[in-house]
Amino acid sequence: MSTHAALTVPTIGELSIPTGLFINNEFRASSSGQTVPTINPANGETLLEVSHASQEDVDEAVRAARKAFETAWGNNVQASERGALLNKLADLMERDAEKLAALESLDSGKGIRIVREIDLPDSVACLRYYAGLADKFFGQTIPHFGKDKFVYTIHQPIGVCGQIIPWNYPLLMWAWKVAPALAAGCCIVMKPSELTPLSALYMCQLVKEAGIPAGVFNTVPGLGATTGDAISRHMDIDKVAFTGSVMTGRRISIAAAESNLKKVTLELGGKSPSLIFESANIEEAADWSALGIWFNSGQDCTAGSRIYVHESIYETFIAALKKKAEACAIGQAGLFVCSSDYDETTSFGPLISEAQRDKVLGYISSGVDEGARLVAGGKKWSKSGNGYWVEPTIIADVKPHFKVVQEEIFGPVVVISKFSTESEALTLANSSTFGLAAAVHTNDARQAMRVTAALDAGTVWCNQYGMLHPGVPFGGFKMSGVGRELGTYGLEAYTQVKAVHQNLAMDMQWPI
Amino acid sequence: MSLSFTHEFSHSGFKGKVEIPTGLFINNEWASPKSDGARTIDIVNPATGQLITSIPEGLPADVELALDAAHNAFNNTWGPNCSGSERGKYLIKIAELIERDIDKLASIESLDSGKAFMRAKMGDVTTAASVFRYYGGWADKIHGKVIEQSIDKLAYTRHEPIGVCGQIIPWNFPLVMFSFKVAPALATGCTVVIKPSELTPLSAMYMTKLLKEAGLPAGVVNVVVGYGPTVGNALTTNPRVDKVAFTGSTAVGRMIMEAASKSNLKSVTLELGGKSANIVFDDANFNEAVKYAAHAIFFNHGQNCCAGSRLFVQRGIYDEFARKLTEVARRVKVGDPFDPSTYQGPQISQTQYDRIMNYIESGKQAGAKVLTGGERHGKTGYFIEPTIFGDVTSDMKIVRDEIFGPVVVMTSFDTEEEVIAAANDTKYGLASGVFTSDLARAHRVAARIKAGTVWVNCYNDFHVQIPFGGFKESGIGRELGEYALENYMQVKAVQINLGKSCPLPVEL
Repeated sequence: MSTHAALTVPTIGELSIPTGLFINNEFRASSSGQTVPTINPANGETLLEVSHASQEDVDEAVRAARKAFETAWGNNVQASERGALLNKLADLMERDAEKLAALESLDSGKGIRIVREIDLPDSVACLRYYAGLADKFFGQTIPHFGKDKFVYTIHQPIGVCGQIIPWNYPLLMWAWKVAPALAAGCCIVMKPSELTPLSALYMCQLVKEAGIPAGVFNTVPGLGATTGDAISRHMDIDKVAFTGSVMTGRRISIAAAESNLKKVTLELGGKSPSLIFESANIEEAADWSALGIWFNSGQDCTAGSRIYVHESIYETFIAALKKKAEACAIGQAGLFVCSSDYDETTSFGPLISEAQRDKVLGYISSGVDEGARLVAGGKKWSKSGNGYWVEPTIIADVKPHFKVVQEEIFGPVVVISKFSTESEALTLANSSTFGLAAAVHTNDARQAMRVTAALDAGTVWCNQYGMLHPGVPFGGFKMSGVGRELGTYGLEAYTQVKAVHQNLAMDMQWPI
Repeated sequence: MSLSFTHEFSHSGFKGKVEIPTGLFINNEWASPKSDGARTIDIVNPATGQLITSIPEGLPADVELALDAAHNAFNNTWGPNCSGSERGKYLIKIAELIERDIDKLASIESLDSGKAFMRAKMGDVTTAASVFRYYGGWADKIHGKVIEQSIDKLAYTRHEPIGVCGQIIPWNFPLVMFSFKVAPALATGCTVVIKPSELTPLSAMYMTKLLKEAGLPAGVVNVVVGYGPTVGNALTTNPRVDKVAFTGSTAVGRMIMEAASKSNLKSVTLELGGKSANIVFDDANFNEAVKYAAHAIFFNHGQNCCAGSRLFVQRGIYDEFARKLTEVARRVKVGDPFDPSTYQGPQISQTQYDRIMNYIESGKQAGAKVLTGGERHGKTGYFIEPTIFGDVTSDMKIVRDEIFGPVVVMTSFDTEEEVIAAANDTKYGLASGVFTSDLARAHRVAARIKAGTVWVNCYNDFHVQIPFGGFKESGIGRELGEYALENYMQVKAVQINLGKSCPLPVEL
C-alpha cells in the first residue's frame, strides 16, 4: 500500500496527502496493512483511507522516539535550538496556510474562513510561544546550607510522550500538544483522531522540512481502542497526554496505572455555565454566549452549554439569544472544486459524524421529554443532505436533574434557566462533576470579583467567552481534567524536577 | 553633507557593497543634526590609522527630538499599546535580518573596530542575533504575581515598562552591546534613545536599516551618535529620560550615576570595568588552563571588561605554566582583521594604544618582569604584542588598574585561602575564572569570590540565557537572561478591595 494519496481539496486542487505512519521522519504503511477511512462530514463521503497503526507500529515508533531522545534531542541539543526549530515549523505553517486551512476545513467541516482566521493563526501562535519559552524554564538554587552542600534543581524533559488528540480542533490540538513537548525536550508518539487525521499527517511533512531530527516526532494514526490503548499501556512511554471525553480519559488513566504508572495529563469534557446578572449588558452577553455555544457548532470542551439568567431579564435574554441562533451562518464549507463557488461565509458547519449527530438529537429529545421548552432549533438542518448538521438549539426552563443539564452534549445545544440570588446562581453553576470553564456577565465590579473567585472552573471569563491565548494556562477542575496546558504552566507537564545535592563538606561516620 | 556611506568589501569572507545610513536615526528617518554648527566625527580604521568616513555629530538638540519621538511612540504605538507577542515578533524579525546580513554586519564591525572578521561573524554578530531572538521569546511572558487572595482583597503586581530609556554603549563590542541594550528594553515595552560609541558607530547605523525593514514603529528605537560630554550627558541629565543604562568605564559610570541622581533620580544600571582574577590550581587540566588563560586576556585584544587580567597560578605548576603560556602568547596570531587566521587585531584608537603602552612602561619601571611582548606590533595601526608580566606585587599599577589591553599580570600562590583573598583584593568584581578538577573546591571557591560571574574550567563564555554583571565597582544590575528584564520594568502593586469597610473612626 502506498503512503500517500491524491485528494481534491476545494480552493486548492489536487494534493498528495500522506496517509501512512510517520516514524523516524519517513512515511510507511502500517505493518498490518489495515486502514481507517476518514469521512467528509459535509456529505458523508469517504475522503481517504489512512493507515491503522498496529501494536508493532507503535512499538517501532516508541523505539525511534527513545533513540532520538537519547541521541538527538532532550539534553543532547540546546534549548535555544529546539526553540529555533519550533519557530521554523511555525514559519512553514504560515507558508502553507492556504493548503492547511482548506484541508482542515474539508476533513472537519469547519468553515474555511474560520480555519484561516482562527484555528491556523492560533496554532502558529502556540508554536511561537513555546519556541520562545524553550530556553527559559529554570530550576532553582537553594542556597540555605552554608558551606556544607550546594543544592539546586534541574528541570529535565520527561522523555518519550504519547499524545492522543481529538477531532474538534485537529490542528490547534496538534499545536497545543507538540509545542510544549518539543520545547521541553521530549520526543513524541502521537495518535491524531481517526475522524480528522489529515492536517496532522500534513504537518509531519513540515516537521521533517523544518529540520527536526528523525525520531523526535512520530505519528501513528489509528483507533482509540487499538492504537490509543497501545500508547496508554506502553511500558516505554514515560508520559501520556490526552484530550477527549471523560470516558476515554478514565480508560487511559487506568491503562497508565496498570502498565508503568506513566504520568498522565488529561483535558476532558465540560458543561460550562455562564451566569448573566441583572447589571449585564444583555446584547453583549447574548453575543458572547452565542460564541460560547455555537462556535465550532458546539463541539468544544469549553462550550458554554448552560446559561443561568437572573429572573428579571430571563425572557429578554432568551429573546436576544434566539436572534443570535437565527443569525448563525450555517453552511457547507464547500462542495465545489472551483474556488469561485466556495463558500467563504460559513461559520457553522456540520457535526463531525453521523454518530455524534444522532447523539445530539437524542439529547434534544430527552430535554423536550423531560418538560423543557424548545425555543430555537431542535432538529437536523433542512439542507443537510448527507451531511451531519444540527440547527443551533436553545432549550429553556430546564431543571438541574435533567440529562441535558447534567451531561455533556457536544453539540450546538444550550440549556437555560433562571435564578434569583447570586448564591443560588453559584450553586447551580457549581453543581456539576465538570469544572473546565465558566463565565459571569455583570457590570458590578465587586460581584465580578466575588463570583469569578467562587466558580469551580479552570478558566473563568468575565464579560466574555471562549477567548484563549497561548500564554494563559488552561485546564479543568474536578472531572474536567488533570494538569494545565498553555502558558509557562504548560511546560510542567513535560518536565520532571531533579534535585541535585553536591556535598562540599559534610562528613558522616558510619554507624550513626 | 551626505547621510550615507558606501563601502566596497573584498576579502575572503565577503565581497560586495554595503551602504550605511549615517544620519541621526529619529522617528524612523535619517536626518542631519538640528544645529547649524554641528561638526563631523571622523571614524578611523584602527588596523591602519586611516580615515574610514566622517559622519554628522549629534548634539543635545537632537537628543530632544529623539526624546520627542520616543515618548510619542511609548504613548501611542509601543509600551502598553502593543501586545507582548507583537513586540516579540518584531524582535524575532530583527534577529532574522541580522542573520540574513551576517557577512555585511561582520565586515562592518571588523572594519570599524579592528576585530578579526571570523570572530565578528561567528562571535559578535551571531551573538547579537541570538540576543534579539531570546528576548523576542520573553516579550509575551513578562508575568507579575498574584499575591494574596482573601475574602477582602485581591492583590497582584503588574510589571510595567519604565518608559523612555537612554542607553550609552561602548566601542569594544559595538553590535553585541547594541543588542544587549535594545532587545530587553523593547521586550518589556520601553522605547529607546541609544548613543553608540563615537569610535564605532557603523554597525549600529547599519542596524537602523534593519529596524526599519523589520517594521518597528517609528520612534521605538532612536540612534544618536555623538560624544559623551554632549549626547551622553544630555541623556543622563534630561528629566524626560526615565532610565539610563550604561556600559563603559567605572569613571564615566560614576559620573552618570551622579548626573542621574541630580536630575530626576532616573534609575541607573551600569556595566563597568574589571580586573578579573583567573585562578589555576595545580590539579587543573594543564593544557586547557593554559589556553584558557591566554583566551581570558587576549580575546578581543584585551578590550574586554571581564578579561582575566590577573592570573594566579598555584606554585607547584607555576614555572611550567609561565613557560607554556609564554609559548602560547607568542603563537597568538596578531594582524589584519580580514586575514582568516588572525586572532588578535589592533587596539581601538591612538588614545587607547598610548594608555596601554604607558601601563606597560609603568610595569617595567616598577620592576615587573616581561615574560613576553611589551612592545608595539608592526608599524601601522594600533597593534600591541600579547604581553605577560611576572614577578608583580599587588601594589603595582599594572595589578590594580584596568589596562584594557592584551596585558596580563601573573603571580603564584600556595593555598586556597591566600588566593581567594588576593583575588578579592580589588575594588572591581566583574568576573573570575577557577581551574581545578576538584568539584568541591570549584563550588567552594565560586561561593567565595566576589564577582558577578565565576567561570569554572572555562573563560569568556557568554550565553544569552545566563546573567552577567558586576559586584562592587564593576556595576549595578545584570544584563542577559531573565534578569535583564528587571532593568526595564517597574513593579506596580494593585490592591482591590472586595468588601472591607474603611477603618476611619467616624460614623456616617
